[in-house]
Amino acid sequence: MALSRRTIVLAAGCVVLALVPPIAALTNQPFYLDLFRRMMIFAIAAVSLDLILGYGGMVSFGHAAYLGIGAYAVGIPAFYGVENGWLQWGLAIAASALAAAVIGAISLRTSGVSFIMITLAFAQMLYYLGISLETYGGDNGMRLAGRSRFSGPIDLREPAVFYYVVLALLVLLLLLGRRLVASRFGMVIRAAKSNEARARAIGFSPLRYKLTAFVIAGGIGGLAGALLANQTEYLTPDFMHWTRSGEIMFMVILGGMGTLFGPVIGAVVLLLLEDVLSALTAHWQIILGPILILVVLFAKRGLFGLVAGAEPRDG
Amino acid sequence: MADALLAVRGLIKRFGGLLASDGIDLDVAAGETHAIIGPNGAGKTTLIAQLAGDLRADGGSIRFADQDVTRLETPYRARRGLARSFQVTSIFRDFSALDNVALAVQAHAGSSFAFWRPARAEPALRDPARAALESVGLGARADVLAARLSHGEQRQLEIAMALATRPRLLLLDEPVAGMGLEESQKMVRFLGTLKRRMTIVLVEHDMDAVFTLADRISVMVYGRIIATGTPAEVRGNEAVRRAYLGEDQA
Repeated sequence: MALSRRTIVLAAGCVVLALVPPIAALTNQPFYLDLFRRMMIFAIAAVSLDLILGYGGMVSFGHAAYLGIGAYAVGIPAFYGVENGWLQWGLAIAASALAAAVIGAISLRTSGVSFIMITLAFAQMLYYLGISLETYGGDNGMRLAGRSRFSGPIDLREPAVFYYVVLALLVLLLLLGRRLVASRFGMVIRAAKSNEARARAIGFSPLRYKLTAFVIAGGIGGLAGALLANQTEYLTPDFMHWTRSGEIMFMVILGGMGTLFGPVIGAVVLLLLEDVLSALTAHWQIILGPILILVVLFAKRGLFGLVAGAEPRDG
Repeated sequence: MADALLAVRGLIKRFGGLLASDGIDLDVAAGETHAIIGPNGAGKTTLIAQLAGDLRADGGSIRFADQDVTRLETPYRARRGLARSFQVTSIFRDFSALDNVALAVQAHAGSSFAFWRPARAEPALRDPARAALESVGLGARADVLAARLSHGEQRQLEIAMALATRPRLLLLDEPVAGMGLEESQKMVRFLGTLKRRMTIVLVEHDMDAVFTLADRISVMVYGRIIATGTPAEVRGNEAVRRAYLGEDQA
């Protein structure tokens, strides 16, 4: 049965991710801890994009903007000596949610190619804004003075602690996301994606729901940005470059649009491929491209659909 | 007509130089089934789109249930009790039949800013939806993906979605279009059972369906209503014969 197979895949995924730190410690390969943490951070960004792309049909091509805003919301306070993590991460979520509200309020009045181009244009604007911020390193970016600080045992300077914080956030996001897409709210945005004219004709005003979803996704994207700044301990406008937006979108499509766990697989596989292939050749994208094309053509629900079985009923 | 549920006055819609609605007056009384007929290009679908709110009128007014809805957008009109079916079947294809109807119920059940409770487990949405599916004879097909329903079943599903919201006015744009003889007779019989219980505006090319169902008929030609009356009156109207029925037989 598809459901149990799916549950097995999900459980196995969680166990594997939870076992990474002890295995990395045992084999003395801290690099893997770093790599998987990075994967999970991008997974959070990809899941947030999938909420609007896969479930809401909003092809936002500027999702990296929120990564950047989240990263700067950690970097700029740190630059002035404010290292409180609650404050930084709260700011990251609030600022990127606000940006998403503005971008969404304008772009959601359009659809199709215009929507893609407007979201892309906003992200590029923020990218160039980042470049113009000479105080914070401009083009080159700047080092993060130190990782975000939390009280008690949560010390992000401990690689394994930071890892489990990211894993906990990812699992929390997946659980909340599961409630969200099955709720009345989730049904509206999925219905609007399926057939907007019909949704309006039965009495839904989709815009307000889509905008809310857009803001939620932006806020989560900002959280991913805050994590990424802590991960790299460096931040640059490149976080917001359009190729980064494309990469996050690749992850969603590769893993499976409109599934929650798909983008996680997409993020893991894409970064793994990047790691393996770039060791083989500098032109690794030449190999990546055809793989992506094959997945798009032959796996309707992405890699997740291949391993967990397609469930068209899920909308 | 003072007690009209729907009252249209001087409705105008221009597409460039073309007057698709050229000063339309139309009254639909509560409880009546009112058919709108006319040759292709007469502006029937344009009229339906303006009644539903999908097209903004360039002039004139539309009153629905004693309120001016001329400037009101589609979802707001829907929530006031104006339900419709589309000329080309319009459903949520990647949802089950029951989901489709439950969504229609949900659209009329207050705000959907509820993020936690699974909508598919809410009896308040599922029970009325199931009842509406039963009423159109799709009860046994509730869990089938809407895309996998037959064409006739999809049209029935659209009607179920409209009925589930307990509408005051049902706008049906060619409900038997593309149906086989048997399916279409079944649909006409079903629509007949809705008569009196519901106010219906019906655009249809199938004259058998129109003359079976309609209490009154309005005939549209070139964006105008040239005649309104009972089926017998319309059949006997010379202008109608010339403009429409004659052409149909030719």
